[in-house]
Parts: sequence; structure tokens; C-alpha cells
Amino acid sequence: MSSRDSILDKISSIKVERKPLPEIPDFEVAEDLRELFIRSIEGNKGEVIDQTQLKEFLEINRFIKVICLAQEIKVTANLALPDDAHELNDLEVAIIQGQFGVAENGAIWLTDENMCLRALPFITEHLVIVLDEKTLVSNMHVAYQKIGDQHAGFGLFIAGPSKTADIEQSLVIGAQGAKSLRVVLTNL
Amino acid sequence: MSHSAKASEFLKDAAQSKWHDETLWFVRDKRDTISKTIPEWEQLRDLASQIKDNVLAHLDGYLVEFEKNAQKNGIKVHWAKDAEEHNQIVLSILQQHNCQAIVKSKSILTEECHLNPFLEQNGVEVVDTDLGERIVQFLNQPPSHIVMPAIHLKKKEISALFHDKLQTEKGNEDPAYLTHAARLHLRDKFLRAKVAITGVNFGVAETGEFLVCTNEGNADMGVHLADVHIACMGIEKIIPRRKDLGVFLRLLARSATGQPITNYNSHFRSPALGKEIHIVLVDNGRTAQLGREKFKNSLKCIRCGACMNTCPIYRRSGGFSYGSVVPGPIGSILSPGLDVKKYSSLPFASTLCGSCSDVCPVKINIHEQLYEWRQEITKAQGTNAKSISMKIANGIFAVPFAYKVSGALMRGALKILPDSITYSGLNTWGKQRELPASPKESFKDWYKKNRS
Repeated sequence: MSSRDSILDKISSIKVERKPLPEIPDFEVAEDLRELFIRSIEGNKGEVIDQTQLKEFLEINRFIKVICLAQEIKVTANLALPDDAHELNDLEVAIIQGQFGVAENGAIWLTDENMCLRALPFITEHLVIVLDEKTLVSNMHVAYQKIGDQHAGFGLFIAGPSKTADIEQSLVIGAQGAKSLRVVLTNL
Repeated sequence: MSHSAKASEFLKDAAQSKWHDETLWFVRDKRDTISKTIPEWEQLRDLASQIKDNVLAHLDGYLVEFEKNAQKNGIKVHWAKDAEEHNQIVLSILQQHNCQAIVKSKSILTEECHLNPFLEQNGVEVVDTDLGERIVQFLNQPPSHIVMPAIHLKKKEISALFHDKLQTEKGNEDPAYLTHAARLHLRDKFLRAKVAITGVNFGVAETGEFLVCTNEGNADMGVHLADVHIACMGIEKIIPRRKDLGVFLRLLARSATGQPITNYNSHFRSPALGKEIHIVLVDNGRTAQLGREKFKNSLKCIRCGACMNTCPIYRRSGGFSYGSVVPGPIGSILSPGLDVKKYSSLPFASTLCGSCSDVCPVKINIHEQLYEWRQEITKAQGTNAKSISMKIANGIFAVPFAYKVSGALMRGALKILPDSITYSGLNTWGKQRELPASPKESFKDWYKKNRS
């Protein structure tokens, strides 16, 4: 017998009391979603900025390797998306459109459609996500209702920059992934 | 070696063990603070527990559904009855791709299967990419905590290690500097690896997708640059519906480290164009545990580590004292299921205070199961020093005359006996504890004099 069948047989031979699957209620969030979202992002060591601040960030740092996939943002982005993600190793800034944000924890939903190359939000040195503030939802229950049966090969809730506290519990931003996350909240 | 013997080793460095104790308590405190910001926190714990009850009652059906949907999405599904078969499956995938170097993100399951030494014996270089895991891998140690693998080490030791392995400046102990050195080192490994291995936090039966949650982004750096992604998953990690993720993601990071969510929560549903995803579904003792009515709930665990952070024994004895892949309270109820003889001292490494059960996000009755394992183990094995003294005490308390006489004798004897006898090996209670000064008279005598 294959391992698959022997594992399944073993499980079905065990008498476990049948328990129903609970329904998940809609839990309310009483606070202002925009304020809560900004606080959550800041708690995760990200930053919420506007379009002017984004332009300043790009100019002051004189980034030369910038990819922008967010269509509503007009900035000088001089790199096109390569075929192979390995070529992104020295990418300085990636600007991506987020689908929606979750106020309770700052998580932003992205799929293949937004990233094009799945490595993009991780391999870039700095990450910028553009998000329409009208898309904010309260909590993760509403978030998954919103995702519904959307079918994407890869989906990501991203809530901050890469971080670690593995050395004596000292928080360090910029472990293996992006060293910073800026969220540009728009209201169009 | 028993838990208590290894705990004594850990306690030899008093400053280090005090730091360990306080640091984990701080993490527990952060968990408390953030959980109190969610009014429905207790309701979420109930829901999570009920969802997992349902999973354990219908595990076979959900596994078949998961397999069917994953295959429909182009994922290759493998089944392994034990660690050995799991390791062989992983190796055969690597051989098919002529792969001799892999990157791996945190996976307690692959630790459980001892995948690293197996692959290394077969000529494969394994690089753990979580910072804490890379640190312990350099030291040839296992992780001492499932969420904070290097919590037993101080930055001084890591600085010396990185000086040796990564040529960092001698004596530079700045965590940011050391983390950056590891970033450069690991970046190079990510860019070269053709195969990346990850664990799995949740597999969703309804969609055939699976989730990997990290803060460092190391799992994603590995899999999106590699051609092949192998995800190793214990069969109990299945959840029925996508919307159940809402419940578990709200609980997981808050329970683990007191943060509202991990910064990266990746949902893998199908491979990118031209790439491959494999899932290895592993039993390795899980079906046996499911068959143990009193202990099956231990399979609800989502590996947040909250029970370790709160445990007065774990905090003061360190992860290595358990000698098991998963340490702490949850490890002490899971491990005896794998090897009751080897892990027989673990259920006794507890005060049964119940704090583990109080913080568990899926409401596993951990302290009750610790008690139940003690019954099983005591039945199966002989006596120890504590049980001999307990038997003597039982005889004394059962006979009023014996109690009266022995009380008077002990009050007299304790005054004259040298400490070497009072605190001899037989008095296990007396280790690191002082007996109170013995009173002049018994309570009974005092009562007669003053109240009658």
C-alpha cells in the first residue's frame, strides 16, 4: 500500500467525535480605519507618506535603479522589469500598487498581478506600496471576505519591512528582504 | 540525561539564565498587551480551537481535498509516512534537478526529520536562511526556541562567531552591523540556489494553497529566486477554509511575539511560469498521536511558542534542557508520543501552573496533558527518589499516631542533623531550597495551650 493510502487508512480507522465547523462572525473595529492603519504600519516599522514625500525621497537619495509598476504614480522610473528576478539584485526602489489594506495590522494584499515578478517586493532595497485609502478594511475577517475566491498563483499580505530580533532580541530593520517600506496613501 | 540534569547545566551561568528568563517574560508581556487590544480575543481562541477540533475529526477528508486542489493548481503532492521517507523524497527531487546546494527557511518539521544532516551526508550543502537559524547552524546546534532559535546566545558570542565565519570586525557586537553582514552572506546564497525548502504554517483544503509566515522575508527570497520550491508540511497543518486564515493570522503573531501580524504572509497556490512547487505531507507519528484520545489535542498546535515564553520552567532551564526538537510545555506533551522512554522526564518539567494552557491561542489543555503523561509514564516505569519519599509520606499521613510521633522526631532531628544529611540526594525538594526553621511545638500542641 502506498504511504498516502496507509496514512489515510490509519486516520479513518480512528474514531474521533465529529465536530461542526464554526461560523466566523463579523467582528467590528470601532476606530477610524485610516488612523488605525497608519498606526499599524508605523508599529511594524514602516512609514505612511504622500506623493510629495515620495518624490522627495527619490530625489534626495538620487536613486538610479527604480522600477515603478503603480500606474497612477508619475515618477522617474528608469528600469524596466527584467525577465529574470536575479537581475533585480541591485534594485534600489520598487513601487507597487497594493490592492487593499487592513487597518488592524497594516497588512496590504498583493498578488502576481501587482508584483509581476514574485521576488520584486523582497529583493528590492526599498519598497514603496501605493494604496488607495478607500480600500482600507477593518480586520482580517473582512480582508478574506474581500479576497473571496480570487484566484492568484501567489498572494501576499505584507505589513512592513524585513526585520529580525534574532540577536539578543534587538530589533534590526533590513534582514534578508527590503530595508524599508513606505506606503503612499492616495485618495483619488 | 534528564531534563533536570540538563537544566542544572543551563543554570550554572546565573547572569545568562536570568537574562533568558526576563527576556522571554518580556515577550510574554507583549503578547498580553496586544491581546488586550482585541475585544474578541477569547472568542478568537474559541473559534481557532473549534476549527482545529473539526480538522482533527475530518483530517482524512481535508487531506484528500487539499491534495486534489493543489494538484489542480499544478503543485506536486508527495506523502511520507515517516522522517526517513520524507528525507528520501526531498533528496530525490534534488537529484532530479542535479542540485547540490539549497536554501531553507525555518521549518520545525525538517528539524524533526533531521533533514540537514541527511542531505549533508548525501553531498548537499544546506543553508538555513533565518538569521537565528543560521547562527545556530554555524554552531552546529539545534534551535533552542521554535520562534527565537538563538535566544540562548548573547551578542558577544554571535560577534565572535561571525568574526570567525563571516570575517566581521573583531569585537563589533552591534546587532545591526552583524545582521547586515548576515544579509550580504545570505544574499549570495539566495542568488545561487536552484532549490529552496520551506515549512508550512497553514494548508487550506478548500483552495489547495499554503501559507508561509516570516518577518525576515527569507522564505520568499529563497523560493522566488529558485526554480524549485519544496514545502514540507505536517498533516495536522490543514485548515478547511480560506476564511479560517482570518482567525489564525490574527492569533499567530500576537501570541508569538506580540506583533499584530508577521510582516510577510505568503500564499502559494501555483508555481510561477517555468517553475515547480512540491509539497511533502508528513505523518511521522501524527496519526499515532491522533489515536491517543487524551493527547490528540496536542496536534492543534500552530507553533507560536507562547507556552514557552510563559513557562516558569522553560524560562529558567532553556530550550536545550528538553533534548527534544520542540521544547517547552507543548514539546513536553508532543515528544513522549514519539518516544516515551527517551522523553520520560519532560512531562515532569512543569509546575502544572497552567499558564501554558491560558496563553495557548488554540486552547490546548497543555497542563492537563502533562499531568496525564505523568500517569502513563509512572505506570510504565519504576520509582524515583521523589516517589519513594512520597510513599513514606503517604504512610505517615494515613496513620494519626505515626504522624504525631514522626512530627516530634523531625522537629528534634532537624535541629541536630548536619546539612549534609538534611539536604542529601534523597531530599529532592531541598535542592536550591532552604527548609524553614523548625518550630518548637506542633500546631496541635500550640492550639491545646492557647485555644482550648
